[in-house]
Amino acid sequence: MAETADHSSPEAFKKHLGQYYVVFVALLCLTAVTVGVSYLHLQRPIAIAVALVIATVKAALVAGVFMHLISEKKVIYAVLILTAAFFLLVLLLPSLTIFEGVAV
Amino acid sequence: MSASTTHGHATHGGHDAAHGHHELPFWRKYIFSVDHKVIGVQYGVTALVFLFFGFTLMMLLRWQLAYPGQPLPVVGKLLGENAMPGGVMAPEFYNQLGAMHGTIMVFMGIVPLAVGAFGNYVVPLQIGAPDMAFPRLNMVSYWAFLPGGLLMLAGFFAPGGAANSGWTSYPPLSDIATTGQTIWLLAMVLLITSSLLGSINFIVTIVQLRAKGLTFWRLPFFVHAQFVTSFLLLLAFPPLEAAAVMQLMDRLAATSFFLPSGLVISGEPLRVAGGGSPLLWQHLFWFLAHPEVYVLILPAMGIIAEVIANNTRKPLWGYRLLVYSAIFLGFMSFVVWAHHMFMTGMGTTMSTFFQTTTMIISIPSVVILTCFIMSLYGGAIRYTVPMLFATAFLPMFAIGGLTGLPLGLTASDIYLHDTFYVIGHFHYVVAPGTIFALFAGIYYWYPKVTGKQMNQTLGKIHFWLSFICINGVFMPMFWQGMAGLSRRLYDPTIYAHGRAVQSLNVLISWSVWGLAIAQLPFIWNFFASLRHPKAVENPWQATTLEWAAPSPPPHGNFVTPPVVYRDPYEYSEPGRSSDFHPQFAREA
Amino acid sequence: MSAHPADAAIPHTVEPHPVTGLPNGKFGIWLFLASEVMLFGALFSSYVLIRTQAPHWPPEGGLSSEILNVPLATLNTAVLITSSITMVLAWASCKLGRIDRFRLWMGSTIALSFVFLIIKYFEYTDKFHHEHFPKTNNFYAIYFTLTGLHGLHVIGGIVVNTFLLTIGTRLWKIDRDHFTNRVENAGLYWHFVDLVWIFLFPSLYLL
Repeated sequence: MAETADHSSPEAFKKHLGQYYVVFVALLCLTAVTVGVSYLHLQRPIAIAVALVIATVKAALVAGVFMHLISEKKVIYAVLILTAAFFLLVLLLPSLTIFEGVAV
Repeated sequence: MSASTTHGHATHGGHDAAHGHHELPFWRKYIFSVDHKVIGVQYGVTALVFLFFGFTLMMLLRWQLAYPGQPLPVVGKLLGENAMPGGVMAPEFYNQLGAMHGTIMVFMGIVPLAVGAFGNYVVPLQIGAPDMAFPRLNMVSYWAFLPGGLLMLAGFFAPGGAANSGWTSYPPLSDIATTGQTIWLLAMVLLITSSLLGSINFIVTIVQLRAKGLTFWRLPFFVHAQFVTSFLLLLAFPPLEAAAVMQLMDRLAATSFFLPSGLVISGEPLRVAGGGSPLLWQHLFWFLAHPEVYVLILPAMGIIAEVIANNTRKPLWGYRLLVYSAIFLGFMSFVVWAHHMFMTGMGTTMSTFFQTTTMIISIPSVVILTCFIMSLYGGAIRYTVPMLFATAFLPMFAIGGLTGLPLGLTASDIYLHDTFYVIGHFHYVVAPGTIFALFAGIYYWYPKVTGKQMNQTLGKIHFWLSFICINGVFMPMFWQGMAGLSRRLYDPTIYAHGRAVQSLNVLISWSVWGLAIAQLPFIWNFFASLRHPKAVENPWQATTLEWAAPSPPPHGNFVTPPVVYRDPYEYSEPGRSSDFHPQFAREA
Repeated sequence: MSAHPADAAIPHTVEPHPVTGLPNGKFGIWLFLASEVMLFGALFSSYVLIRTQAPHWPPEGGLSSEILNVPLATLNTAVLITSSITMVLAWASCKLGRIDRFRLWMGSTIALSFVFLIIKYFEYTDKFHHEHFPKTNNFYAIYFTLTGLHGLHVIGGIVVNTFLLTIGTRLWKIDRDHFTNRVENAGLYWHFVDLVWIFLFPSLYLL
């Protein structure tokens, strides 16, 4: 039978299932937190930072656990790191370029 | 044995090729084929047709530039009163020709030919695979490309004609342009989708489906080049897709993503919300379009590598250097894009940043060119037709690359931006650069695809006529640019500095029409050679894996799965009687 | 009853490659997701640019959380998160050989996806009812475009998941591992759709 690398036996696998439920609850809690924090009406830069940190943690949980990224192969990491670099580039450089010169 | 055969009843193993399994109906064998070779030929023929059509648009446009305001004999009346009233080109039609020429050549001609055709056909063969990793996805890629291309051409029949805001489609003009622009955007979505799906296929295929013994460092440079190219397509195209969606929103849903506040057109304030940024489009467009030009050149460099190694009968000089340079080039191509935007008012920090990265990116290009030139040294050069094109590529690409330097340096770019100098620069790289490499590839792999050889005499005529005419087209443009002649001008003679270089326009236009005639021997040769007798196996005595398969290869490619025993360019090994030692030959 | 003739000879369709450790499909879907990161990245970049250069945001005053329906979007966030876990449980059911459980969890995922879209429908129509369209100003333009493109991706996920639930299940009888891999790959796509929403929600509604 074909092997997909992680999860060798049904018992070990069922333990994994527990992780999914934990992450599920954590995600719902973090959602509540992020909405709750928004009612505090923090100063804009802090509000942005907090919201992005919480979102990043949620994203890390989804990616790491649901998408199995935490135990993924090096090739995938390499592709994602490259993508992350270009993602930051496209996210930040256009705004930086425009604001450094004459704003249009 | 194929790994998927451990599940009993599922398969016939990897022997479909030999056993000629259930015959597929015509439409599944030739129309919606999932065989990479059929798809490669589909891409190739379609792309060549689009390429010649895009060239025809330029032949028309060049009449207006050579003889502004004069009626075009014969053809002028055929194009209708909208486009050519009284046989004289309308400015609106001139703009359509310019925008569509660029769009068609880049997105429907070169990339589908270099990547879709050559990549699809050759890569699986050169790595010893039975097909691409996702054959059905491959089929979908082609069938997104063809409708996209046809839709793009259909723009000519829209009210107001085809897209006319340059291939760069800058807003605000493109936001308010005629219907053809919407068609351009929709067609681009299809074309981008085709490229994205294709790039996924290439990357997985090259990593996962290599034959036994074919390590990364034994891959032909052509495969390395296609590999890097695929990453560029994968990661650089989506921002343009996002931008296209936003421009569609601007045009169809009256949003103002790219429309600033307070825009007035012909005395009328534009009734939109405003608050948008035309520069946003430029950033997103060039984020793709700069890596795109490396998509145009890398597969060409790959072809040149194959042809030079084969026709010098010695290994490539600096193979590892070539690979590292290609990878570095691909990476750097993502961080230079704003050198297309030096004139948009950016500050000195960012312009210094982009100028620096642009200078750095010239290094791997020079290294690659140097490796190719060094590869000639000491070679037993055979001037076959592919080799003629490959040899010409070297100085032509050098001119293209060198003329990029004053454009990448902000100080000189102030003067040269948007002049004919730019047109001369990029055409040198793409036309006597890439297109010559693609011709080399056609002559080189024609025996593989068809089992026949093209006529070499006709090939030489094609080469020499093309070489002379193409330099006649693009070399004068540098003078025109340095004289200050702007690009995209309907009538250059309205300016004194335009009139000063108008005689060059006549020379250029006649060279273009000569270049068209120079293609006739090629077109004839391409089809007539199909009736030649069958050529010998491996007529070029090449070492790479594609020549282990029959010509043309059957479905599944290899009769027995090939094994690789050595590096890709083992030519003229000392002590051997034969001057080439194929990768797939077991004997030492 | 074989798989498509094209599948037959391609190595590593199910068995992972000995060096990379990946089957082809998983590698392919991650590459696709990389391109999707760039797609949404460009849109977020546009949002950043337009918003930072705007004199006021939202352009017509107030707060994003006052203009947009935060409770409804919070509910939608919970819906999507739940659909993510049902999706992973659908895959886990395949791994454990339980096709009946697979149908339950995959069906739930699809149902929750529809709930998401229905809530979005109410959000959108409420906006239209109050004469707020994409063209009203760039706040709405970004909101509708970003959530609209996300919604299209949700629809895409529904199509793929429905295929796996119905016609696609034929592959279960031929090659369980191949089918399980397909479910996993569809799951990766689906979790990505959830991921985008995780960033979209605070960026548009709360900040």
